[in-house]
Amino acid sequence: MESMLESRARQVRVLLNSNYAVAYAARDADVDVVAAYPITPQTGVVEKLSEMIANGELDAEMIHVESEHSALSAIIGASAVGARVFTATSSQGLEFMHELLHIASGMRLPLVMSVATRALSAPINIWNDYSDLMNVRDSSWITLIASTAQEVYDSIIEAFMVSEDPRVLLPSIVAYDGFWMSHTYEPLYIPEDRRVVSKILPRRPRYVLDPDNPITIGSLVNPDWYYEIKYQQVEAMKEAYRVIREADTKIKYYLGRAYEPIESYMAEDSEILVLTYGGAYETLQSAVDMMRSEGLRVGALKLRLWRPFPVEDLKSKVGDAENLIVVDRAISYGASIEGPAALEVIAAFYKGKSCPTISSFIAGIGGRPVSEEDFKGIVKKALKLGDKALKMGSIHWGVRGASYE
Amino acid sequence: MSWKEIPIGGIIVEAGNSVKRKTGDWRVFKPVIDQDKCTRCLICWMYCPDGVIEIRDISYKTSTGRLWTTTLEINYDHCKGCAICAEECPVNAIELVEEVK
Amino acid sequence: MSSALRIRGVRDLPREEFFAPGHGLCAGCTASTIIRHLLKVSGKDTIIVNATGCVEVSTTMYPYTSWRTPWLHVAFENAAAAASGVEAALKAMARKGLVDPERRINIIVLAGDGGTYDIGFQALSGMLERGHRVMYVLYDNEAYMNTGIQRSGSTPLHAWTTTTPIGKVLRGKIQFKKPIAEIVAAHRIPYVATANIAYPIDMDQKFLKGLQVDGPSFIHVLQPCPTGWRFDPRYGIKAGKLAVETAMWINWEIIMGDFKVTTRVPKRKHVKHYLTIQGRFRGLTDEEIEEIQRLVDREVERINNMVGEEVIGPLTD
Repeated sequence: MESMLESRARQVRVLLNSNYAVAYAARDADVDVVAAYPITPQTGVVEKLSEMIANGELDAEMIHVESEHSALSAIIGASAVGARVFTATSSQGLEFMHELLHIASGMRLPLVMSVATRALSAPINIWNDYSDLMNVRDSSWITLIASTAQEVYDSIIEAFMVSEDPRVLLPSIVAYDGFWMSHTYEPLYIPEDRRVVSKILPRRPRYVLDPDNPITIGSLVNPDWYYEIKYQQVEAMKEAYRVIREADTKIKYYLGRAYEPIESYMAEDSEILVLTYGGAYETLQSAVDMMRSEGLRVGALKLRLWRPFPVEDLKSKVGDAENLIVVDRAISYGASIEGPAALEVIAAFYKGKSCPTISSFIAGIGGRPVSEEDFKGIVKKALKLGDKALKMGSIHWGVRGASYE
Repeated sequence: MSWKEIPIGGIIVEAGNSVKRKTGDWRVFKPVIDQDKCTRCLICWMYCPDGVIEIRDISYKTSTGRLWTTTLEINYDHCKGCAICAEECPVNAIELVEEVK
Repeated sequence: MSSALRIRGVRDLPREEFFAPGHGLCAGCTASTIIRHLLKVSGKDTIIVNATGCVEVSTTMYPYTSWRTPWLHVAFENAAAAASGVEAALKAMARKGLVDPERRINIIVLAGDGGTYDIGFQALSGMLERGHRVMYVLYDNEAYMNTGIQRSGSTPLHAWTTTTPIGKVLRGKIQFKKPIAEIVAAHRIPYVATANIAYPIDMDQKFLKGLQVDGPSFIHVLQPCPTGWRFDPRYGIKAGKLAVETAMWINWEIIMGDFKVTTRVPKRKHVKHYLTIQGRFRGLTDEEIEEIQRLVDREVERINNMVGEEVIGPLTD
């Protein structure tokens, strides 16, 4: 992310954790209905929004549902009558919503949800990894992964901009690290006057349940038309890429912060690139500084846009680098390559003009910290193994007894 | 029509367009109202599952000279022939006739 | 729903039909009759939230819909939650001037027994507890008819379904029908009623009352199903009447906690009259029929005690 002092809107510096940054963004987006159920580490979002509504800071209905399943169901209902809606969850809550994720996108409703990512049961574990988010990657939700509280705030606004665009009309997830970010306070800028957000988020007409123009939403579709309707979603997801880039431009213009689908740090002249996502990207940048001082030509990449997957951005950011090391924060059990992002990266380079040596690492599962030293170790290991690394599948970093020689 | 022309998300924008589906061919027995016997009590209209008994503002004079201002007509395009109307008619004014093609 | 609407008899019912024919519900399906009446009472300013079930699949076969009011289907178990969202959205949007604040839109859930007694029970309880202004209409055909007649929490004792065969050892469903309306009433909502399609005016008055309260209401309607109960489609209304005449079904309502039986039965018929017209009870022994009769007798006694007078009379036939 590139930050500029100059922007259209006057902004104030506040100290928030990422959960609260989410709540402030939902407030500034002037949402009409929030339905959510408490789950660690997301709970702060619901608490803060409840507080804002109780204090009259946000004019919205808060539905204190009895489950995440009902949370998503309720905002689907609310969105179907035209409301701007929001929910938040983590881990098991996201899993409990699963069938409705597909229904929401299939109905083309512009819902926005934040996910404070967390490991999945069993064994039960409240700490961070991205197994929950990666499990919902095929549900047709636009997915942004943020690395700072500032990016969380901006991404929620951007998610509404993209989801509600008539060319898209798909729901969005903004994900960030549970605990590492959800509970860590960082300084960020938010507009002093919320009206600037209303300006970039106008209310737009779409199909809604209206007695004056009665429509049927959620019909039974047989083989004669089902595929065409799902294909519309395929096209909308592709179209979303262009709309996201337009939204990036608007965010830059109004709020002064420039985002890209693949963020980079010291990447231009790098021989070695390490790609990760979420809060670990901040640690990775420090590790890059350390390795650079030791003479390694290494740089960092961050996957900000997960769905739709930004193939061309990735290729241009990788350029001529010789080594590309993907550090995933989730496990796709039984896959040929168990790192979900690594699989996408490999597919992106298939039969391309230039293809770096790619290796796949998995780290930080179940809240295990990923330090600068870990990144340094990962780079060292990847360089040592070279092409052999990928033949072993994904390398599970730091697991006691797991060896890759 | 391709995926581009249809509304998104499987939404149906034409309310009540199921009338285009003629379910009358489901019928084995056809209910026929004897307008002479019919007392316009509306019980058949009230119970009909498919709403195919239609109240028409058409006057009818019975053979005994009684004048009705309404006539009940059956929409045979959609009547499925369940015979609830015939079963519930308190004056047995609805007869079931076998469908012949 | 016009605020002037009074329903004392069939001639008070609006002629306008908001539920179009051409749908795929079985011939003689009484759910279809229930919907016709429901929409006549609620009128144009209505949003229907339909749980997955026979009605949902048969009335919206793309690209055709039978609905002339806005209609939403999300999933099987969450109609009450989706309706909660619809209601909350209209409230918030009215405050913000995004919809007309003066216009009262009826929000109605339509769900079968599977979507209410079983898989949708949690969402229903949540909606009731939160107090959303939603009328929940349960059309109860006492089994999972949409998937082909499997037992539900609503299936009565000894009834045959494809998952509760009347076998040598197990004799139909071995459990009782869950008293869902009373469980709903335990949430202390403003209006709860049971109704029966064979008594449409009573049912319609209850729809009207349910729509007039400021909070949740619940109308539990018995819906005889020719396909699942195994009777000739012409007998759907007759089956409903016999259910009341034998006290296998009792029409009652609870207004702000006040319990009242709305269809009195001075002389009660033996349950065999109801059971023998249905194939699902075929093969029961006399002893098993008597077992059901004793259950009904006990229930009648309980209801009469609750009311404080004999609203359901003695067994005479």
